[in-house]
Amino acid sequence: MSIERIGAEAVAAKGWLAAHKWLLLRRVSQISILALFLLGPLAGVWIVKGNLTFSYTLDVLPLTDPYILLQTLLTRHLPEMKAFVGAAIVLALYLLVGGRVFCSWVCPVNLVTDAAGWLRQRLGIKGGAHISRRTRYWILAMTLVLALATGTIAWELVNPVSMLHRGLIFGMGAGWTVILAIFLFDLFVTNDGWCGRLCPAGAFYSLIGKVSLLRTVAVRRSACNDCMDCFVVCPEPQVIRPALKGIDGAGPVILAANCTNCGRCIDVCSKDVFAFGTRFGNKVAKVSQPAQGMKPAACK
Amino acid sequence: MEADKPRKTTAAASRRQFLLDSARMACGVGLLGIGIGLYAKQAKALPPLALRPPGAQAEQGFLGACVRCGLCVRDCPYDILSLAKPEEPVATGTPYFVARQLPCEMCEDIPCVKACPTGALDHQLTDINKAKMGLAVLVDQENCLNFLGLRCDICYRVCPVIDKAITLEQQLNARTGKHALFIPVVHSDACTGCGKCEKACPLEAAAIKVYPTELAKGEPGKHYRFGWVEKDKAGGSLVAPDVEHRYNLPEGQRYESGRGLNPDAGSEAAPGTQPAVPRALQGGKL
Repeated sequence: MSIERIGAEAVAAKGWLAAHKWLLLRRVSQISILALFLLGPLAGVWIVKGNLTFSYTLDVLPLTDPYILLQTLLTRHLPEMKAFVGAAIVLALYLLVGGRVFCSWVCPVNLVTDAAGWLRQRLGIKGGAHISRRTRYWILAMTLVLALATGTIAWELVNPVSMLHRGLIFGMGAGWTVILAIFLFDLFVTNDGWCGRLCPAGAFYSLIGKVSLLRTVAVRRSACNDCMDCFVVCPEPQVIRPALKGIDGAGPVILAANCTNCGRCIDVCSKDVFAFGTRFGNKVAKVSQPAQGMKPAACK
Repeated sequence: MEADKPRKTTAAASRRQFLLDSARMACGVGLLGIGIGLYAKQAKALPPLALRPPGAQAEQGFLGACVRCGLCVRDCPYDILSLAKPEEPVATGTPYFVARQLPCEMCEDIPCVKACPTGALDHQLTDINKAKMGLAVLVDQENCLNFLGLRCDICYRVCPVIDKAITLEQQLNARTGKHALFIPVVHSDACTGCGKCEKACPLEAAAIKVYPTELAKGEPGKHYRFGWVEKDKAGGSLVAPDVEHRYNLPEGQRYESGRGLNPDAGSEAAPGTQPAVPRALQGGKL
């Protein structure tokens, strides 16, 4: 293939390992979280019981998916205290590290869709159906309306996220067909199809991401050489532009709710433009930009 | 004025575009929602053979309360529960068991209920004997061995609430004319629906099965009044003074006003000694 691989520049500049650091850490995180859940049923070592909707770690730490708790409440059922405590812990965690960190660092479906995305790129598959990235919010609303209208957590009947995670731990059955369908959808129908356009869980977590603390920051945006690798590698490319290019006087912090803090842009940039930081780095950077020789147009 | 015009048309066009996009989303996602909603309605019908763990609310409430985490499955010491797979006719991810395969062992500390983080399994249930997972019904009287006059009695013997949930009621065996039938009778007030009887039935297909209570039980009309109950409540006959029957009474019985048929004093053992012996072993005293 004649197309140069994304991040080839970064690999040349920083070495392979540095250019894949966050990707590797992310895979370690995804796989070890899954392994913790699987340790019980496969090896009889019960550190974590349950699955991503609710889990109980070492018989002390409850963790509840706040999205499913919300659906339960909409069915007019008031859960036990333990479920609320678990949801509060999870909410606090994602308020710190970023809402959609669930998507890129925890969710097992990400492994499937990333594989599809990788293959799509290798096979040079372009284009496909246009599905708006806002669709997920409509689906999120639909799942909540369904809970209210049917009095049951209807979305859980078909939710591929919990179907995959629960299936791996408790038995997959025909759930494989749904996961395969998502893989093929992302491969042939549209890029970032499930995670970036449809998944209501991701949409829910992006709402937390509106105000969360940890952020990807284009700290050295003046060094950007417009190679576009970050845009190509990013699963939510629309989040990068305002911070990187200072659109409408935007600071360098990526404040868009759908940034998953996956760190792929950090890896893939040969100029080390991106780094993790907090949402509060925005104003300071704005003041210091002219001193760094930023184009005045970017600062309004 | 001239400059305003294109801006107005752009605003109108973008408003038009916004409405169109919204309508497109609402219709597309709405279609998906209707599909899932109808599926959810079907999924509420739990197949009769699938039983919920102890303390489970009625199916409608259970499907709103259960988050499908599987902690009840994990804490069941006998590995009886499983989470429904997508292709199974039970709502995806919810816990159930099939009595004929593995019945509930009725643990005294009810670990499955304790494990439930949402109360889909009701934490008010602390006495497993009060569980109502379903109700055993002797569905096939044609093939039940006891109905055929054999002394199978297995369902009666394996019942964890022996002699309360299932009793053996003696009848004359009309086929032989001289033997007895011991008919297993399920009492809904004591049956927990654990499924031990269904599991243990020696037939190829069980003659006694545990069904969801609402399927298994009949219900008399709200306006029904039973004379003997009302009489008990009132402490005496409500219609006319009870007439004492003196003729054509069964041998050795006499009729007492207000008490009905009673054995002649002295002809049988004192009634107070009866309840200690299981009803099945009381011979002709039923």
